[in-house]
Amino acid sequence: MTTFKLRLYITGRTSQSQRALANLRSICEVDLAGAYEVEVIDVLENPVLAEHEKILATPTLVKRLPVPVRKIIGDLSDREKVLLGLDLELSPKESSHVPA
Amino acid sequence: MSLHEAHELDKLATGIAGFDLIANGGIPRGRSTLLSGTAGSGKTVMALQFLLAGVREYGENGVFVTFEESPADLMQNVRSFGWDLEGLLDEHKIAVVDATPDPGAEVVYSGSYDLSALLARIENGIRSVGAQRVILDAIGALFPQLTDANIIRRELHRMAAGLRAIGVTTLVTMERTDEEGGVGRWGVEEFVADNVILLRNRLENEKRRRTVEILKFRGATHHKGEYPFTIDSEDGVTIIPLSAIELKQKSSAVRVSSGVAELDRMCDGGMYRDSIILVSGATGTGKTLMVAHYVKAAIEAGERVLLFGAEESREQLTRNAASWGVDFEQAERDGLLRIICRYPEVMGLEDHLLQMKRDILAFEPSRVAIDSMSAFERVSTPKSFREFVIAMTSTIKHLEITGLFTNTTSLLTGGESITETHISTITDTIILLRYVELHGEMRRGLTVLKMRGTFHDKGIREYFIDNRGLHVLAPFRGVHGILTGTPTYTFDDERSRLGEMFRDDGTAATNGDRATR
Repeated sequence: MTTFKLRLYITGRTSQSQRALANLRSICEVDLAGAYEVEVIDVLENPVLAEHEKILATPTLVKRLPVPVRKIIGDLSDREKVLLGLDLELSPKESSHVPA
Repeated sequence: MSLHEAHELDKLATGIAGFDLIANGGIPRGRSTLLSGTAGSGKTVMALQFLLAGVREYGENGVFVTFEESPADLMQNVRSFGWDLEGLLDEHKIAVVDATPDPGAEVVYSGSYDLSALLARIENGIRSVGAQRVILDAIGALFPQLTDANIIRRELHRMAAGLRAIGVTTLVTMERTDEEGGVGRWGVEEFVADNVILLRNRLENEKRRRTVEILKFRGATHHKGEYPFTIDSEDGVTIIPLSAIELKQKSSAVRVSSGVAELDRMCDGGMYRDSIILVSGATGTGKTLMVAHYVKAAIEAGERVLLFGAEESREQLTRNAASWGVDFEQAERDGLLRIICRYPEVMGLEDHLLQMKRDILAFEPSRVAIDSMSAFERVSTPKSFREFVIAMTSTIKHLEITGLFTNTTSLLTGGESITETHISTITDTIILLRYVELHGEMRRGLTVLKMRGTFHDKGIREYFIDNRGLHVLAPFRGVHGILTGTPTYTFDDERSRLGEMFRDDGTAATNGDRATR
């Protein structure tokens, strides 16, 4: 099974950040079955990295691997959308959402 | 006014030429100001100039946040102005925050979010260079990028508050779809509604005319209404403040010669050095000849003179002057004369103005002549023509030099032109050259219609032109209504006899007609 390389950007330890962390933890354990690496980046501490990855909104989960790179914006409370973003949904075609 | 100023918010000088004058000092310091305009109205250039002028003129560093164009494109676009933003980046005078959409990643939304990351990045940029100025360029581009417009509005509100708390002065650009109507799209004006500047780029008489208007500054004064501006490769944005120009020129009592001795006598010894002279007449009355005399007088006094030709080429001007015995070519070689010929059609009036100002500042003449001023009228609206004349006049007066403008009237005899009515109040001295139909002959008459601050001959004097130039003769006598174009004669024997008795070849009649203004 492929290993997911994920990066979660948060801004400070807000309740929104905590929610995103908890949701991510749950998804990783249940849906990724341990095959994952997660980095948590606080933009307040590491703005340069956020600059490089053009992060505007937080929380943002970046799926770096496997390709395609995808950004999942929000506190990850909509589990179905997150799975869609991670290409873990049954019909992956519907998951590709390109912003206007 | 002074009471008002005492309570006014502190302003930050933008350094954009002309803007601080119409803004009574600049934009409100520590606040956000919205700069709104249609596509191509010059928002980004003006915003970047605000940043650049901060670094160059005030030692204030800046951050630019771009939402639409990539930083590389932006920097490339302004390179034609000679603005080296890359250099300033390297020197840590400015920082860039790239908030453009990321083309490399697909985006999925899941749950609530905010724009804290963007604010954190901007704050980091501000910290990294110690910025005092921030621009948020094309903020409207955020809306299609993120799904929830309400979140964006809420977040922008928070961002404005955050930037205000840091104490930076922010300029936000925003596209609007119409020259009139709403300030911006997406309801953005709600979050930076305190201070709004509008840029317009209208088509008037087939010419583009750019204007800037300060719609409002909360708690601070500014000049109202639209002011024309121009964008060019040398200075970027230059606003022509016109009515905001202060009339604080000194008045000189020094006289200079018009080049026609008799005319100088009519004007009680010549023109004032810092005055504007308008020579107005129909075609062929000798306006360009007056210019030649005026140039010659300057050259003979060893003064520099700058001649702007708008109707004739340099060769024509030179040849005509030579036929009256004035050697323009030699004067140019001696560095006393510069002839610049530009047809009015080649560019907009605002650009002409800017270019002519530069020419004047570069050559540093003692006298300026524009032949003819009325040619510029063809390419503009009455309003912008008037503004052009006012700005030209104040430039010349500010430098305390002499200006001579010519004006071509449409009617051969009598009449007055739009140009005259437009600019007569601005000029100090008006000399009318008119054809006079007398006993079936076309003769020419000259009169000093007005001259500020001195006695002048009020008579209408006959003049003729030969190969040595223009010669002023005695006043027309017994003729009325020359200026209306329909002269009437009163040559009954008694009157002309009485007239002869009191006339001592011009001088007595002249003295009698003098008056003080």
